Amino acid sequence: MDIFVQQVVSGLATGGIYGSLALALVMIYQATDVVNYAQGEMAMFSTYLAWTLINAGLPYWVAFAATLAIAFVGGLAIERVVIRPVENAPVLTIVIVCIGLLVILNSVAGWVYSYIQKPFPSPFPEKPIRIGNVFFGAHDLGALGVTLVVLLSLYVFFRYTTLGLAMRAAAQNPVSSRLCGIRVGWMLGVGWGLAALVGAVAGMMVAPVVFLDPNMMGGILIYAFASATLGGFTSPGGAVLGGLIVGVIENLVGTYVRFIGTELKLTVALAVILVVLVVKPSGLFGRAAVHRV
Amino acid sequence: MALLEVEGLEAQYGWTKVLHGLSFAVDEGGITTILGANGAGKTTTLRAVCGMVKTAGEVRFDGHRIAGRATEDIVRLGIAHVPEGRGTFMQLTVEENLRLGGYARASRGTLAGDLRRVFEYFPVLGDRQRQIAGSLSGGEQQMLAVARALMLRPRLLLLDEPSLGLAPLVVREIFRIVRTINREERVGVLLVEQNAAMALDLAAHAYLLETGRVVMSGPAETLRKDDAIRRSYLGY
Repeated sequence: MDIFVQQVVSGLATGGIYGSLALALVMIYQATDVVNYAQGEMAMFSTYLAWTLINAGLPYWVAFAATLAIAFVGGLAIERVVIRPVENAPVLTIVIVCIGLLVILNSVAGWVYSYIQKPFPSPFPEKPIRIGNVFFGAHDLGALGVTLVVLLSLYVFFRYTTLGLAMRAAAQNPVSSRLCGIRVGWMLGVGWGLAALVGAVAGMMVAPVVFLDPNMMGGILIYAFASATLGGFTSPGGAVLGGLIVGVIENLVGTYVRFIGTELKLTVALAVILVVLVVKPSGLFGRAAVHRV
Repeated sequence: MALLEVEGLEAQYGWTKVLHGLSFAVDEGGITTILGANGAGKTTTLRAVCGMVKTAGEVRFDGHRIAGRATEDIVRLGIAHVPEGRGTFMQLTVEENLRLGGYARASRGTLAGDLRRVFEYFPVLGDRQRQIAGSLSGGEQQMLAVARALMLRPRLLLLDEPSLGLAPLVVREIFRIVRTINREERVGVLLVEQNAAMALDLAAHAYLLETGRVVMSGPAETLRKDDAIRRSYLGY
């Protein structure tokens, strides 16, 4: 029983990270109908920047905040400079641009920082925390807490601020939004910025576990796809919940199903994608898309 | 003095030219209507004024050139467009739709007051404030579209076929409210309609469009008495 609780909590911690990245995917998907394949690499690159800042002697949380700011501006700049020229191009064109972005970010990170794994610090104590008879990793609990705070702030932003409302409007109905005087292009840019920011949090929270290297987000992006598919690509809340579910399933299956162990864990994510697409393609909380042809 | 002056307006979709040099005007606080059959270019005319299609020619609002400017910027000058199909934000609540209408206004402080004001015009929207806009009936959505436009505190209101697909009683109600708004707040109105009888009743000036050209114009009174118009557009 203790092991079970432990695994669930640690699953929630990694699940929160999957969920964050899934949320970043869904935010951009809802606004532009495009899946940003470079989301993971953007997160990885932000994490390297955080590493640079920490190594330059900044206290962890200062570096953390600075990284969020840089990630936001970087995401916004990518949208304005790289995505905007192909805004009205066919979806496939934009997908190719995103994949190009993935390769570029990956290679630049490898070129600047090398492909050798680096340890990344956790802001939380190493000593496990004991509650009752069960020990929890302090980083697990801390990462879960940070993720929840970020997600909650995003919810409040989108739900209660005028800018958040304008961004939701721009995603839903760009033509009407323009007629309300909303600068739709900039709203998309801010959306990319926020998605990059959420990704940066995910990157910094997962790096102490998986170590820092240019390919660190590859597997995690697949988990994020599984989460977004499970929750529904049209539902931000669903994506987060999907992430938590995938994280817990992954951990429990890894613990209790002998032949899967740690080596076959990633397969679980792909199995989730497959099962959801066969059984309920719109995901748990998504709406089926209707396209007028 | 004319609030909106349009001279030699042309518009095209791809290679197809839809408007061939229209000229018309809306007076400060006046109501002008553009009549015409399906495909005459009425909707395109409104879209051209708002910079939503590629245009050539001169469009002046309050004496300033607005042709070629971005839609967002034109709206910010105080031109509210109630588009064809109403442009409702279906997944947002009625109140959120209205707040978006007021988004581009300079002063945010009066938002609550403005909400109260549009709820006085459209009490039914007040009752449904927290409902998802997609759940409203067609007539209610048309009211919401007009209310959303009012939240901008516009100087010019562009209405694209507000009567389309609505019950006669609802249409009458909407026209009555437009008249009130025009009188009490001195908002200029440019109305595009297929329902010529109601439009000529409301407007002071009228233009008749046929395949992208103005074929007749003058005081609404004169057009209403014209035999050809009566036969083709009023149906008696």
